Amino acid sequence: MNLYTFASPAHFYTLAGRLIPWFAWGAGLFTLWGLYIGFFQAPTDFQQGEAYRIIFIHVPAAWMSMFIYLVMAFWGAIGLAFNTRLSFMMARALAPTGAMFTFIALWSGAFWGKPMWGAWWVWDARLTSELILLFLYVGIIALWAAIDDIRRGDRAGSLLTLIGAINVPIIYFSVKWWNTLHQGSSINLMKAPSMAKTMLLGMLVLAIAAWLYTIAVALVRVRRIILERERQSEWVKAILAKES
Amino acid sequence: MNWASWSDFWNMGGYGLYVWGSYGVTAAGVLIEVILLKRAAAETHRDLKRMQQWTASLQGEES
Repeated sequence: MNLYTFASPAHFYTLAGRLIPWFAWGAGLFTLWGLYIGFFQAPTDFQQGEAYRIIFIHVPAAWMSMFIYLVMAFWGAIGLAFNTRLSFMMARALAPTGAMFTFIALWSGAFWGKPMWGAWWVWDARLTSELILLFLYVGIIALWAAIDDIRRGDRAGSLLTLIGAINVPIIYFSVKWWNTLHQGSSINLMKAPSMAKTMLLGMLVLAIAAWLYTIAVALVRVRRIILERERQSEWVKAILAKES
Repeated sequence: MNWASWSDFWNMGGYGLYVWGSYGVTAAGVLIEVILLKRAAAETHRDLKRMQQWTASLQGEES
């Protein structure tokens, strides 16, 4: 057994099946912990009152929307370069969850913008580029769904993912490059975070929960894709026979 | 402790609509994704099993 063992769909199917419960339970526990910090330990904000508590879902969702896209682009690039089947399957498995987090980031942003800025939506660079990210996710999913030939679809979708990846740094740096109504980042690798420690902790715990959740659902989805694509193989027949 | 009572908690200092509107839609999004995923997985298993039985019955006729 070597590293490439798990690049084979048959082995990965079994491995993923074993890992899913761990990630799912982890996601549940971290969510409860994060919500407890967010609602019961983190103090009221001196400027925004209780409305700021939206941050505990808004920021993790926005991070995930960008991270998942980059991971998709990574798997797409690997698939295009080495023609590995499993990489394309991973890219497909991640897209719906990425789209969901992008939608949540936009939605929670609107529900935060209304009380703080007085508007549900403004066409500033941060909001607009995040909306484009949602369109990219939807476009990629639609492209995959439209092409019946699996290999062609894989390549076309991954190519579109790679081209669209240029949007991620634009989202991230938009608050620096342009004058936006959206505030700058509160967390920066270069300097100390400009927020209370408990607030930061709650946000990080919920971000980890979002990661664990994403891994769990992506693994469930990739297992289904593997079954569908490998349905003619002996190992899938053996698995199905064992179940019935 | 931030909250004196449950109504205080749901009120969120007057921002209840915005805070719970955000958390509610997030919970709904996660729930819908999990339900759709379970349903799709069950469907795939059912379809593949049906296909398998069908090919098995064809092979049975041939021999």
